[in-house]
Amino acid sequence: VLVSVICSPPQNYPLYIRSVPTENELKFHYTVHTSLDVVDEKISAMGKALVDQRELYLGLLYPTEDYKVYGYVTNSKVKFVMVVDSSNTALRDNEIRSMFRKLHNSYTDIMCNPFYNPGDRIQSRAFDNMVNSMMMQVC
Amino acid sequence: MADEALFLLLHNEMVAGLYRAAEQGEGENGRCTTKLESMGFRVGQGLIERFTKDTARFKDELDIMKFICKDFWTTVFKKQIDNLRTNHQGIYVLQDNKFRLLTQMSAGKQYLEHAPKYLAFTCGLIRGGLSNLGIKSIVTAEVSSMPACKYAVV
Repeated sequence: VLVSVICSPPQNYPLYIRSVPTENELKFHYTVHTSLDVVDEKISAMGKALVDQRELYLGLLYPTEDYKVYGYVTNSKVKFVMVVDSSNTALRDNEIRSMFRKLHNSYTDIMCNPFYNPGDRIQSRAFDNMVNSMMMQVC
Repeated sequence: MADEALFLLLHNEMVAGLYRAAEQGEGENGRCTTKLESMGFRVGQGLIERFTKDTARFKDELDIMKFICKDFWTTVFKKQIDNLRTNHQGIYVLQDNKFRLLTQMSAGKQYLEHAPKYLAFTCGLIRGGLSNLGIKSIVTAEVSSMPACKYAVV
């Protein structure tokens, strides 16, 4: 089970959400929404030098009983959130990092697309294909 | 370097084309500047996304302005901003003594009244970049003597 979401500032509404498999989507919407608060908290806590301030990757946000949530924030305040099954122990930190990098790269490509208005829902097919292939690799 | 000349020529043509179209249409002068600025805005948003992809997180506003002056300006215009001044209350002035887009036009006071048209796109560029980084701003430009120009960010 894998869900990925991209949320943009300042209203934090999701630009893109995709989950595999596709049932229980509402529960994932809820999980992602609550994890946004954790992301904000981590960003504002950057003043205290506990966390490496220069990193974009936020790491494991918090574990619930079934799922692990990972976060990543870009310099342009766009937040990526990924929810994975706790039973999927094969996923290591590096793989999550590389998935976020791929997401970030594809998001940058979308921003440079003149047909895309910042703030709209993401409807690019190339992006969909990239996310699909990434999820298939994991599940 | 051929790649610099490409953007310069394209930009000049863009300005000239827009003003030509306006003359044949309504003759609204103010709208051209706005159109140029909004073009720059959208381009700035995309550019910033690409450039900040691998850089570390910015600590505060001053950090962001310094990034714009050094890395951003270097990547777009192949040189850094010569002077950055601030009153520490949200107003920054960026001064470029040899602005790439103006060097080809003149080296003194000639054509001074046409200069603002060519600066509108860059104003939008700065504004778009800042807005994607989370800073709302108004960017204005002034030229006292070519090819130096100042951008004020509020």
